[in-house]
Amino acid sequence: MRRKEISASSTSKSPSQSEHSALNSKSVLTILLLAALIALPYLSSEYVVQVIVLPVLILGLAGLGLNILTGYTGQISLGSGGFMAVGAYATYALAVHGGITFFPLAILFAGLITGFTGWLFGLPSIRIKGFYVMVTSLAAQFFFEWLFLKFPWFYNYGDVPTISLPPMSLFGFEIDSSYIVKYYFTLAVVVFLTWIASNLINSHIGRNWMAIRDMDTAAGVIGIDSKKYKSLAFSVSAFFLGTAGALWGLIFLGTTSVGSFQIDRSFQILFIIIIGGMSSIRGNYIGAAFIFLLPLVIDYFAKTFIGETVSPGLLSNFQKFLFGVMIIIFLIKEPEGLDRLVRQFILKLKVGRA
Amino acid sequence: MTLFIETLLGGLLAGTMYSLVAIGFVLIFKASGVFNYSQGSLLLFSALTLVTFIEMGLSFWSAVLITLVVIVLLSILIERIVLRPLASRNVMTLFMATLGLSYVIEGAAQGLMGAEVRLLDIGIDDNAMFVGEILISQFDLVVACLAMILVVILAIMFSKTRIGISLRAVADDAAAAQSIGININRIWQIVWAVAAVVGLISGMVWGARQGVAFSLSLVVLKALPVLIIGGFTSITGAIVGGILIGASEALAETYLGPMVGGGITPWFAYVVALAFLFIRPVGLFGEYKVERV
Amino acid sequence: MRKNPIGKDNILEVCDVTLAFGGTVAIDTFSFSVERGSICSLIGPNGAGKSSILNVVNGVYVPNAGSIKFNNQQYRRMQPLKVASMGIGRTFQHNALFGKMTVLDNVMTGLSRKALSTVPEIIFKLPRARNEASSFLRKARETISFLELNEFEAVAVENLPYGVQKRVGLARALVSEPNLLLLDEPMAGMNKEEKREMSDYITDINRKLSTTIVLIEHDISVVMELSDHVVVLDYGRKISDGDPNIVKDDPEVISAYLGVGL
Repeated sequence: MRRKEISASSTSKSPSQSEHSALNSKSVLTILLLAALIALPYLSSEYVVQVIVLPVLILGLAGLGLNILTGYTGQISLGSGGFMAVGAYATYALAVHGGITFFPLAILFAGLITGFTGWLFGLPSIRIKGFYVMVTSLAAQFFFEWLFLKFPWFYNYGDVPTISLPPMSLFGFEIDSSYIVKYYFTLAVVVFLTWIASNLINSHIGRNWMAIRDMDTAAGVIGIDSKKYKSLAFSVSAFFLGTAGALWGLIFLGTTSVGSFQIDRSFQILFIIIIGGMSSIRGNYIGAAFIFLLPLVIDYFAKTFIGETVSPGLLSNFQKFLFGVMIIIFLIKEPEGLDRLVRQFILKLKVGRA
Repeated sequence: MTLFIETLLGGLLAGTMYSLVAIGFVLIFKASGVFNYSQGSLLLFSALTLVTFIEMGLSFWSAVLITLVVIVLLSILIERIVLRPLASRNVMTLFMATLGLSYVIEGAAQGLMGAEVRLLDIGIDDNAMFVGEILISQFDLVVACLAMILVVILAIMFSKTRIGISLRAVADDAAAAQSIGININRIWQIVWAVAAVVGLISGMVWGARQGVAFSLSLVVLKALPVLIIGGFTSITGAIVGGILIGASEALAETYLGPMVGGGITPWFAYVVALAFLFIRPVGLFGEYKVERV
Repeated sequence: MRKNPIGKDNILEVCDVTLAFGGTVAIDTFSFSVERGSICSLIGPNGAGKSSILNVVNGVYVPNAGSIKFNNQQYRRMQPLKVASMGIGRTFQHNALFGKMTVLDNVMTGLSRKALSTVPEIIFKLPRARNEASSFLRKARETISFLELNEFEAVAVENLPYGVQKRVGLARALVSEPNLLLLDEPMAGMNKEEKREMSDYITDINRKLSTTIVLIEHDISVVMELSDHVVVLDYGRKISDGDPNIVKDDPEVISAYLGVGL
């Protein structure tokens, strides 16, 4: 009988264990990171905050939402863009038609509405397995792309089907008043929701999700109700995506339309979690940074070393090609994504110190 | 009444174009349980390659021949570089790899061969024919016949040839097939090559119909409802599903369209597919798999 | 066929169960009883239908005829989701573990059905959720210690040797303190020493935790040593039922096994 080698690298992060080391190196790093993020506007320029860190935070949150459904519960979804759109348009509608101009409340309700639509579109795929889930998520994606163009009510009967951040308040501040207000609000939402996601994932709910992912017939036999937990995953995932969508469309972009939330957005979020690491929390933000910043880096190198002669079409096709290659490489070589590389790096630091 | 029959017939025939695309997916799903997302980009790639060779001055059939060689080589390459390293992983991982593959192929195809819409003439004119009082498109009719011939060829291949039987063995239980000496890698190469050829034929047909451009790769999104309705594992199902979708789309656009202001076509197929998911999730010709613990 | 005399406390009674798949009859009018606190073995040639019986008791398969009596309650069919909370635990021939999760997490999933904390309590880390989580952790660790799996606690199950995986499956079934434990070939693929260990664990579970055990096993010497009661199947039908020493000399049993050492 073959004996497999059990090496240190095969130990996984155990959700149950991380609850119990209160102040370890992981917490220290997290605190440092948080401190850096809080101090960021005073340490760097508006450009870095608005154009680099803000979108990465929001895309990371979206990745976290998709990860709950796809990485932890194993249900592949291509509808992320659609649910992000729901969040953005719901927030807008609540403000403009519903009179809820207190931003935190509007975004909370928008998230709940998106959670509900996530649950709804998840219903057909609860009882079946495999690629059928993908179909319902695609149906949701196309449906919402159509919905928010078709009915002028969603864009307040404007001439063009776009929505913009309306005047909304945030504890006495006008939300649009400065990029610093927007940044801190986004940071607060992202940190808070990440904490909530972490609590969920490190509980019996997270374990049930992973059980369903790994073998849902066995899960049933030990008393885990797959249907109930799949439904929960659909709803929570959509809630996160909706919130991220509202932040993306109204806070980051300011003005948006269905065009920001089409199927290529769904692919982008899926690529974020593949490259960042499925079933990891930190991986989403690493993946978001990678996916969002890489095109900027490629652009920069192309302009600097090849000059202005590179056509945007060629550049975007090259990016596409590169992303595809990276996805394949990561799936083959590093299925746990960049998160695992980061983990090993941190491990090396600890060993080095010891 | 004439309008109804015309719409119905037109839809049925147009649906065979969906069936052609769906067959490519069925082939690979049958052999490996994987939904090959990159089939759409293979379609685009083969059509683009064909058009490029024609523009370079080659005759139509020479261009077809060379394109055939190119895509068969491409599929062998794909099997070697992408599929083999992932052979032991689960089908979701493989699916995501095909997603990545679609980006690679699209990026490379358009980067190398350009992204503008190109016209493709495959020698079939879109004339109107009349059967009695009913108007039929000649193009659709020829495509439908083509699809039928393809299905017959594939059916013979699966049931009579040794390769076909090996394929069914691999589809059923890959490990068992390997243990009786079937070379799985060779089978996969063959299946992917055949799927690529089907992709070329579909690409030619669709390219002739709507021009060769990026939108071709999006046909994969139309193939999904066909597969849900017909079943992921059945070629007959692909035909039936395709024509059903074609017919219902055409009828819906004509009769329901005016009520909701048009624009039904993009998503109607998905509504039908969703309904099927509730009634018969494995599709009309699909198989229920009993999961053993 | 032995009938249980009146007065015996049977935790499980399989009554005239028939199970057919399409045209094939897997189990044919099969009945047997298991006395509370005993160890009962199901033996028979491959394909005799032994796993199918466990699947019927578990609710994974629905019998075409017959019923199951558990704790003196009659059931036409068992509901898979309820079976666990009724106190029936199960291990599987091919382990059916959650591959990417650690040993600890796999064992803790066995406790999931007992979780009472609600979503709000969990997401805000309220006291009841925290307390429940630590009590689950404690119970899981107890079971892990009982089966001496401590050193593997943080390892992903798919990286473990087959024999260890089997113990993890056992731990997962055991952690929720079932009254009846169904073990499907718990010693498959093990060498002599591992079988010895597993036998000891099973005996411990039966004696120390008072768990009734039904097990499917091929190794006859193990069966003889462990069981209080043996039931023999062939082609879905019962061909012998009773004390191990009597069963092993039953001519029908011997002919079914055709000389495979008894």
